[in-house]
Amino acid sequence: MAALTPGFRARRRAPGDRLPPGQFTTEGFPVLSAGPTPVVGTDRWELTLTTETGDRRSWTWSRLMALPQDDLTTDLHCVTRWSKFDTRWGGVSLDVLLEGVDTHATYAWIESYGGYTTNLPLADLRDGKAWIAHTYDGRPLPAEHGGPARLLVPHLYLWKSAKWISGIQLRLTDQQGFWESLGYHDYGDPWREQRTWGD
Amino acid sequence: MPVQDGNALAGPLSEVFAVEVTSAWRLCPGCGTDSTVGALRVYTMGTAAVARCPHCGEIAFRLARHAETLWLDFGGGGALRIPVTG
Repeated sequence: MAALTPGFRARRRAPGDRLPPGQFTTEGFPVLSAGPTPVVGTDRWELTLTTETGDRRSWTWSRLMALPQDDLTTDLHCVTRWSKFDTRWGGVSLDVLLEGVDTHATYAWIESYGGYTTNLPLADLRDGKAWIAHTYDGRPLPAEHGGPARLLVPHLYLWKSAKWISGIQLRLTDQQGFWESLGYHDYGDPWREQRTWGD
Repeated sequence: MPVQDGNALAGPLSEVFAVEVTSAWRLCPGCGTDSTVGALRVYTMGTAAVARCPHCGEIAFRLARHAETLWLDFGGGGALRIPVTG
């Protein structure tokens, strides 16, 4: 457990520059988890969205698949310093799930099968920036990478893209999730190198 | 992903404890399994680690090393029993 390399500072993003500061590229797809991989069959998978007033809407697997689907290609950036370019995903935009939801919330609290949690501003789930991803590289998302479905918020460090997502709570106040409460940054912008509380 | 045992945490824990913690015992509040810290299952993310009960997977403790700060969270993970000289 070596200490992180100190000394990196945010820098202006040059046109065409795809590698955030302090990152290196990898061709592989490392697997990092905070616990054992939960086995969640699509027959019992469910995603629940709860507003700050307690209103709930939920999607079974078949309901999720019946929604409009997106294909996207994006870069991933992990706080452990690897970045992977041009990953191909399929999933449902959060804009679709949030359409018509009556809320004044400004934060989202994400829950996963297996107990993982994370938090982020609700604005970061809107406007084509986040998906419930179920397909990777043209195939069903493997369990080790968060299948059957994970949150995908590629503009933030990957710990925000919660594997095995089970719930989204819309909240008026912020609350730190699993890694955020252990010193990781509350927001996690890779381009500003927001890795830990002090960044 | 490769899972390590608690002995992998001997280094960072030695920065906190004056005794060898990997030989301390922990009675899991979740399932009652008694195991040494060295026998816990450890999942790592960079310089952070999560130590879990080898039987039920309940979190025993979490630690993270961020630059000059070591974070250690026992939460509701149960007490450690550390033999000391009487």
